[in-house]
Amino acid sequence: MKIVALNGLLGYGYSQEALERVKKMKIDYFGVDAGSSDPGPFYLGNGTSFTNRSAVKRDLELVLPHTILNKIPFIIGTAGGSGANVHVNWLLGIIKEIMNEQKITCNIAIIQTEVTKNYVIEKIRENKVIDLSPNLQLSEEVVKNCNRIVSQIGIDPFLEALDSPKIDIILAGRACDTAIYAAPAIKAGYDPGLAFHMAKIMECGALCSVPMSASDIMIAEIEQDSFVLEPANMNRKCNVERVAAHTMYEQNNPYFIYEPDGVVDLRESYYEQITDRSVRVKNSKFQEAKDKTLKIEGTKLEGYRTITIAGINDPLTIKNIDMMFSEVKKFVVENMINRILPDEFNISLKKYGEVLPGNISSDIPQCSLGIIIDVVAKTQDLANTICALARARMLHQDFEGRKTTAGNLAFPYSPSDIICGPVYTFGIYHLVKAENLGETAKISYMKVGE
Amino acid sequence: MKKLSEIASILRSKNAGPLFITFDIMFSDKSSFEKVMQSGAINKKVIAQEYEVNPKEVEIIPYDIVNSIKVTIPRKCISGSLNDMDIYGCQQQVPIANIIIP
Repeated sequence: MKIVALNGLLGYGYSQEALERVKKMKIDYFGVDAGSSDPGPFYLGNGTSFTNRSAVKRDLELVLPHTILNKIPFIIGTAGGSGANVHVNWLLGIIKEIMNEQKITCNIAIIQTEVTKNYVIEKIRENKVIDLSPNLQLSEEVVKNCNRIVSQIGIDPFLEALDSPKIDIILAGRACDTAIYAAPAIKAGYDPGLAFHMAKIMECGALCSVPMSASDIMIAEIEQDSFVLEPANMNRKCNVERVAAHTMYEQNNPYFIYEPDGVVDLRESYYEQITDRSVRVKNSKFQEAKDKTLKIEGTKLEGYRTITIAGINDPLTIKNIDMMFSEVKKFVVENMINRILPDEFNISLKKYGEVLPGNISSDIPQCSLGIIIDVVAKTQDLANTICALARARMLHQDFEGRKTTAGNLAFPYSPSDIICGPVYTFGIYHLVKAENLGETAKISYMKVGE
Repeated sequence: MKKLSEIASILRSKNAGPLFITFDIMFSDKSSFEKVMQSGAINKKVIAQEYEVNPKEVEIIPYDIVNSIKVTIPRKCISGSLNDMDIYGCQQQVPIANIIIP
């Protein structure tokens, strides 16, 4: 079975020449990962995509007519960047636009993976939540404050969607990037250890090739006892070192890949160069877990942000920066007394270019310092007010020995204060035990185009 | 005596999900990898001190197939929290890079 990964992230682009090469081959499935939690909590919270609409449309409109006309299923995971329902609908809108413009029709299976607050609260009460980090604990109160929660599905809902005949596109919400490519292989009866390992490497597109790039196409062929990886672009090559090293990338542990269904053990994996452009992998073993788990991700609105960016060139001002900022904070609190509570806003100073301890022995640093006064408050208006107060005070804050009495801050912009809008943080990033790994997925089918 | 950054060919940090930072220390040859491993300079105590985390939460995994060492720690500021200054965690390598290998 031959599977193509369009690239490492939908909207990152790929070589058209490589696509033309792939179009001439007999391919069983196409897939693409369309999202990630790497860009932080904002996008899930705000319901927008971190990927660019025009770039996403370009990546799809070059390939979809080919896959649909040739009846090759195309599998998309983590639609719209974060995979909540609003993100799935955003990507569905792009697909509809392409179908209408190119006058073709297709059958889509849509897998929604958003979960309700009640789903998570039940899991807490049933003692089925597993913390991933000591720095993020879950409580019912946290869940109640979350505005949007998704579950990251494994292969099960994909297997169900693949059951229905004549499916052109599977469009899934938040999904394990491995599930996109492992599901069709496992469906066809291939070894799950090999299928998951193959999927883990190819989900980054051509990132495991030389020269490396997440913006290009990877071809994988799975057989009874091995899989082979080969980049579609003739200017790239896979070598043993790169492919083996890729299992280190952004993983906690290079020897194990954790999936909802179990774990893939790579300790005995064997990598072999078979042509100068392709690598064969064997011996990756799947172990089914006793307790199956789904990861859930939820965001909460933290407030609204306003920032000021400034530079400081005067060495004595730089030396006094922390004292000055603590005075500024005191001033802001006193100034707003009886108007807001201290827990209704957060003000912090971010410093760039600070001389780190041990680097330079001189008491007074001899370089400039960049600062951000960062205010997050419960309304935008309040954030604007506090930032304005803090900025003005910081500009004129006195300190002992000060000679620069006209001002402490070099502002690069007018206006100096920048309104950043809503701020979301992760409230939930946990595993929940699930007897049925399809329990969070809602699958529906529709015809699109004409 | 050399800094780790003078011996490693790749020394990078990256988020592994929003809750962890993972470091990949790669060497271009087996002897450099083995020299660093045998020196014992990369240990849980040192990493815990540098990054102000509990030594029990530090994972150090030699990955000899590609002459590399993986180090993973929990993020004190999780990705996107109010005091976070590196969403992707890809500029957190300096304290490890400066470890002296005897």
